[in-house]
Amino acid sequence: MKVPVEMTINGRSYCGEVEPRQLLVHFIREEAGLTGTKVGCDTSQCGSCTVRLDGIGVKSCTALTVQADGSSITTIEGLSDGVELHPLQEAFWNKHGLQCGFCTPGMILAAAELLRTNPSPTRDEIRHGLEGNICRCTGYQNIVLAVEEAAGKMGGS
Amino acid sequence: MYASQTTYHRAGSVSEAVRLLSENEGAKILAGGHSLIPLMKLRLSSPEALVDIGRIESLKGITGKDGAVCIGALATHAEIASSDVVSERVPLLAEAAGKVGDPAVRNRGTIGGNVSHADPSSDLPTVLTALDASYCVTGPGGERTIAAADFATGLLETALGENEVLTCVCVPSEPSGSGSAYVKFSHPASRYAVLGAAAVLTADGGRCSSASVAIGGVEPMAARSASAEAALAGSDLSDGALDAAAAAVCGDFGDNVLEDIFASSEYRKAMGPVYVRRALCEARARMG
Repeated sequence: MKVPVEMTINGRSYCGEVEPRQLLVHFIREEAGLTGTKVGCDTSQCGSCTVRLDGIGVKSCTALTVQADGSSITTIEGLSDGVELHPLQEAFWNKHGLQCGFCTPGMILAAAELLRTNPSPTRDEIRHGLEGNICRCTGYQNIVLAVEEAAGKMGGS
Repeated sequence: MYASQTTYHRAGSVSEAVRLLSENEGAKILAGGHSLIPLMKLRLSSPEALVDIGRIESLKGITGKDGAVCIGALATHAEIASSDVVSERVPLLAEAAGKVGDPAVRNRGTIGGNVSHADPSSDLPTVLTALDASYCVTGPGGERTIAAADFATGLLETALGENEVLTCVCVPSEPSGSGSAYVKFSHPASRYAVLGAAAVLTADGGRCSSASVAIGGVEPMAARSASAEAALAGSDLSDGALDAAAAAVCGDFGDNVLEDIFASSEYRKAMGPVYVRRALCEARARMG
């Protein structure tokens, strides 16, 4: 039995009828067509599905669409204003905080979550703050440098 | 991975949740979903119905009461880890909540779901057992309270009745002047505790007046170590006393020590004293 849902993703309203078992990441990718959010491990471990749900970073492979009914979601596509890159996106560019790029959307959303709770993290805090996100290219060093640069630009030290 | 087909029912209150559970045979309670959804995706759990309690306001919030902290079942690990009242009164719980999974998991996973799932490798049951917490549950027959030590009855099994909802976790404040610590051997990917050890130490006149030691991840349920606690009672809490207490935990492990692809039962048994000793040393350093 399908359930009606409506939510805002990146400022745009979406509604539909979904199976209760549908994962939020599948709604985002398949119903809303926003494929920046990735499905990596599908077991809540790799973080490539990280999105912002009502302002808080969550793993969208471990939430049901019905749980997000009525909520507001931000994905990698909605992080910037569409003109200027978000400081995190720009810093990942500047510092080459990516190799194959698959983990990057989740990594940037997880970094945004870190800076929400700790605007001026140390390098050690950045590493721990991103512990729920896996880069299989093992490109962590430049990711840490990118988050550090973004924190400085966003008002932290 | 796709879970099995199911139906969805959103409860607006605890009494409505109890009614929905009673009306839907084979229903499971959904809160943050961080224990249930992974099981559903692996089809280790295929509930015919989901009763979503995630929006019930009365299950949210953390409040200090006389000598205790009452934590609503929907409090997330992140909320508990950053709560002032939890950090002041039961720092052991704040420490453990801050070590669950990773930041995104802590934003979504709830204390009620965590303990109801009764995973032996979960962090919170270990510290809640050490802290003598109790769980308030509501069912068709009314409310009752279950001690943390009696709550888990087996691997992923609890004393929670079929149509009961865990509503609140009550944790007595740690004794004044005590020191506590939770240390874990994290699985590198899932961050579940391959083994977790919790300790609360209190001293009076240089002697240990009370000690609480609990271990998770080794046996099917988190459990107190009576032998370690007995070894500590009345001791001077010297390095030698902590060594002896840590060594004593092995005597409390039964025949049913867990084993998986990551850690053999022998390895878990060998790590028991190591992690208990670390927890005891850290707890001792925090006394005062």
